[in-house]
Amino acid sequence: MNPGVVCPRTLRMNFELVLFIILGALGMGSAIGVIAVRNPISAAMSLVIHFIALSGLYLTLNAMFIAAIQVLVYAGAIMVLVVFVIMLLNLGSEEKLRERFTSRQGIGIALSVLLGAGLVFIITRAAFRSPGADGLPPGGSVEAVGTALFRDYVYPFEMVSLILLAAVVGAVVLAKRHVE
Amino acid sequence: MHSIPLSYYLILSVIIFLIGSIGVLTRRNAIIIFMCIELMLNAVNLTLVGFSRFSGDQAGQIMVLMVMTVAAAEAAVGLAIVLSLFRNKETVYLDEVNLMKW
Repeated sequence: MNPGVVCPRTLRMNFELVLFIILGALGMGSAIGVIAVRNPISAAMSLVIHFIALSGLYLTLNAMFIAAIQVLVYAGAIMVLVVFVIMLLNLGSEEKLRERFTSRQGIGIALSVLLGAGLVFIITRAAFRSPGADGLPPGGSVEAVGTALFRDYVYPFEMVSLILLAAVVGAVVLAKRHVE
Repeated sequence: MHSIPLSYYLILSVIIFLIGSIGVLTRRNAIIIFMCIELMLNAVNLTLVGFSRFSGDQAGQIMVLMVMTVAAAEAAVGLAIVLSLFRNKETVYLDEVNLMKW
């Protein structure tokens, strides 16, 4: 390594770290918004922001195709469906704004925090391999992911298409008005 | 070379999963609970992409594609259930639904 490279590398690391912190804070804040906001439409919009922040995080992880699919499928298709159902059910204003805080909810929060604390404890104790220890990192381009999907993972791909078929049939049967 | 350690991504993912599980356990609105399940799925997706990037294996990204497909199927079926629930009981609040409650 010649010494001239060192300065840009630290600059790049700082830039990546700043990007990670901004996107992570955006993702966390919008996730809190999803569970804290009373209006379902506001929660859905907050969730869209969360999906876009996660898409940016996928970009920092060099997974371009996953990032594009995240925006297309989650922020596009799934959220359109959710917002459509919210508006169809006319859930704009909740009549009971104050939700009861029962002891069961307290136990739920305590258990969740316990789970999170345990996971963080394990993660900070674990020794992960440094990236690039065994050659090049995997490509995240459409070509790389597509090649892997259609060459090595054809059977899971076909199974997933069956799941989609079952979901389409199930959704039609469930949402259909019963004809007497 | 990648400069941010993997544990940062994992801890961020844990926090998002935690927020999602707290939402599932405390909210009553079925659609909010549905969105919290999506939050948890996304947290796990972030973990998978992180491991895929740092261990040099492509399988993580393929698995994320599978999870997204299952999430789309779940969205279709889950929202259809919410719709038919609203049609029968005129509510989306889960503590007012006691059809299968013991």
